[in-house]
Amino acid sequence: MADASNVDAFVEFERVQKSYDGENLVVKDLNLTMPKGEFLTMLGPSGSGKTTCLMMLAGFETATHGDIRLDGTSINNIPPHKRGIGMVFQNYALFPHMTIAENLSFPLEVRKMGKSEREEKVKRALDMVEMGAFGGRRPAQLSGGQQQRIALARALVFEPELVLMDEPLGALDKQLREKMQFEITHLAHRLGITVVYVTHDQTEALTMSDRVAVFDDGRIQQIAPPDQLYESPENSFVAQFIGENNTLEGTVKEINNGIALVQLDDGELIDCKPVNVSKPGERTRVSIRPERVEYNKSRLREGVHTLKAEVLEFIYMGDIFRTRLRVAGNDEFIIKTRNAPDQTRLQPGQQIEIGWLPEDCRALDA
Amino acid sequence: MTDISQSGPVLAADGTPLKRSLARALRMQKLRALMLIAPLLLFILVTFILPVADMLFRSVENRIVQDTLPQTVEALADWDPASGQLPEEAVFAAMAADLQIAARAKTHTKVAKRLNYENPGVSSVFRKSGRKVSKWDLAADGPFREKLIEIDDGWGDVELWRTIKTYSGSVTSGYFLNAVDMQLGAEGPEIRPENERIYNTMLIRTMRMSLIITFSCILLGYPVAWILANLPARKANLLLILVLLPFWTSLLVRTSAWKILLQQQGVINDTLVWIGLVDDANRLVLINNELGTIIAMTHILLPFMILPMYSVMQTINPSYLRAAKSLGATDWTAFWRVYFPQTVPGIGAGSILVFILAVGYYITPALVGGTKGTFISNLIAYHISTSGNWGLGAALGAILLAVVLLLYWVYDKVVGIDNVKLG
Repeated sequence: MADASNVDAFVEFERVQKSYDGENLVVKDLNLTMPKGEFLTMLGPSGSGKTTCLMMLAGFETATHGDIRLDGTSINNIPPHKRGIGMVFQNYALFPHMTIAENLSFPLEVRKMGKSEREEKVKRALDMVEMGAFGGRRPAQLSGGQQQRIALARALVFEPELVLMDEPLGALDKQLREKMQFEITHLAHRLGITVVYVTHDQTEALTMSDRVAVFDDGRIQQIAPPDQLYESPENSFVAQFIGENNTLEGTVKEINNGIALVQLDDGELIDCKPVNVSKPGERTRVSIRPERVEYNKSRLREGVHTLKAEVLEFIYMGDIFRTRLRVAGNDEFIIKTRNAPDQTRLQPGQQIEIGWLPEDCRALDA
Repeated sequence: MTDISQSGPVLAADGTPLKRSLARALRMQKLRALMLIAPLLLFILVTFILPVADMLFRSVENRIVQDTLPQTVEALADWDPASGQLPEEAVFAAMAADLQIAARAKTHTKVAKRLNYENPGVSSVFRKSGRKVSKWDLAADGPFREKLIEIDDGWGDVELWRTIKTYSGSVTSGYFLNAVDMQLGAEGPEIRPENERIYNTMLIRTMRMSLIITFSCILLGYPVAWILANLPARKANLLLILVLLPFWTSLLVRTSAWKILLQQQGVINDTLVWIGLVDDANRLVLINNELGTIIAMTHILLPFMILPMYSVMQTINPSYLRAAKSLGATDWTAFWRVYFPQTVPGIGAGSILVFILAVGYYITPALVGGTKGTFISNLIAYHISTSGNWGLGAALGAILLAVVLLLYWVYDKVVGIDNVKLG
């Protein structure tokens, strides 16, 4: 399979499998190709195999089967310290007995770099993360966010082309996390490094990545740019996992002109875009985003099916209104509306009719 | 912040100073806390602090000469031992009077024993004289100089009188000088003749062997602690039981087992001879020497090294090693530069524990040490329980305590005592 590597492929997983106990596969048949300079996020629930993939790439776990290539060369038998891959750990793993400068200098020292060159690079790396004044401190004297920056600087100081990050922002509070998300993406793009980022936080995945690989059950369920992933999930796992999502279950009645007519379990009919269904009679799970549901009749297209709904709860969230409805026997149907001057606030108990554009409603696997 | 310009103490709402108010509020709490620790405090005071204080006191206490021979001590005040002349008749008369009182109270043997430590032979002089002097009539039977010398030639020896005069103070440095192989001679402290020196050698040997034992424990314990810390919890617990197993066996049993293993006709020698590594005629001497003590004590003290190292290693996140490797360090560099420095607190804690235990150990050296492998603690035990020279035993103990404290201080300066972790 020599031709399997694309010309611009930088990181490649080819038919990679991993088992710890010889009975269960943690990673099942993973195929992945990353071009140079891409920011790829591996997203998935815990136990989905994403961290194992990262560890195999870093060299701390060996693949049970398959080939992992970096820049065209197989790295299966290369020990971690010779791979030249930068890594940021979840707990930062800053060496507690060394100062910040010594931590940063460590990768340069083991590369037998001269003292003056080392000092210059350490200084440049610290300036890069705006921590220039902290070189003499110990990790324990820094806040979580500062430690995060140092961990990042240490992973970058020896100028690796590939950097792996294992839930690096997991321990930070929300505000700091959002700030660091931008800093990391900007830095990665400015330096032109390739990044594999592991997280279970979908917002993080969507805001930071060029592409997101959604993992579940040891497989990549979908790999796509964030907007595609959000708007066109290819199966119900991805639809459920990424963003908030309403599901209704039913059976396909007919498929015409790229529009599927689905009969819900309580008998009502809706129009959907067929994604994972091909013929009438199939069971399907219909997925619709809360912000794409419309209850203002004048904004709905002529002739589309609508559903009766009862307002159960209205939650004021500042920028948006979140309304919980009972739709076709589902008490957890959520709609989100923007807090605009002309927006009506629904009252609990109110009976309304809801509808949507057929292309926003995706008929997925049951 | 409160108003900074306000002068005087800060007041609580009812006008009392805030400090007093706070103290009152906390008083009950402190009292209760004190009550809770009171039994332990009392226990430690009675069983630890008081005995140590008593030991320190005994190492310099010397009231017995003054108390038993008060008239003699007073009469000897004017006598110059450097003159080489025997004291005058008045001193002999005082001695006869003192001896008579002491012999009737049967305390003359005690003072004799005390003086015998410093000048062997004094004891018999006192015992012999005590019986006879008690029958004398002090008013009529003089002069006593000739009479005493008649009973025992010892009274005619200037050395005896010098010893009494030297040790007539209520405190003495004699025990301590003795403990470092010195004595109070005619011109103050002097080093004992070479064939009488023993304690310095013993102290140095104790320190040297304790250090060797501590280092062997580090060498043997480190890999075990590492394995323990890196195994899955269930297997680690099983292994930990094996490490602790020696604790559940009597110290005497373990030491005796080493005797069986190490002796010249023992299991190890037999095996080596059988394999052919050792000639039957030249069986290894593994016991009743320093080697035997080192082997047995390393085994006995090993758990005290493993446990603190293990608990420290357990807290070291494996991601440090991974981080080091991802940064380009080889396995050895990652271990030496990243892992090892973080285990130093555990090594320190274990070393202090093992060293201090080793320095004071006495059962094992006594059983497997022979004459070459015994510790200073064996001598202390000898003086406390056999020779009865508690003062010397106490002085040796005090020196041991001082040396340990000194080493502790050095450790604090070099490694830092806050750098010691038990977990």
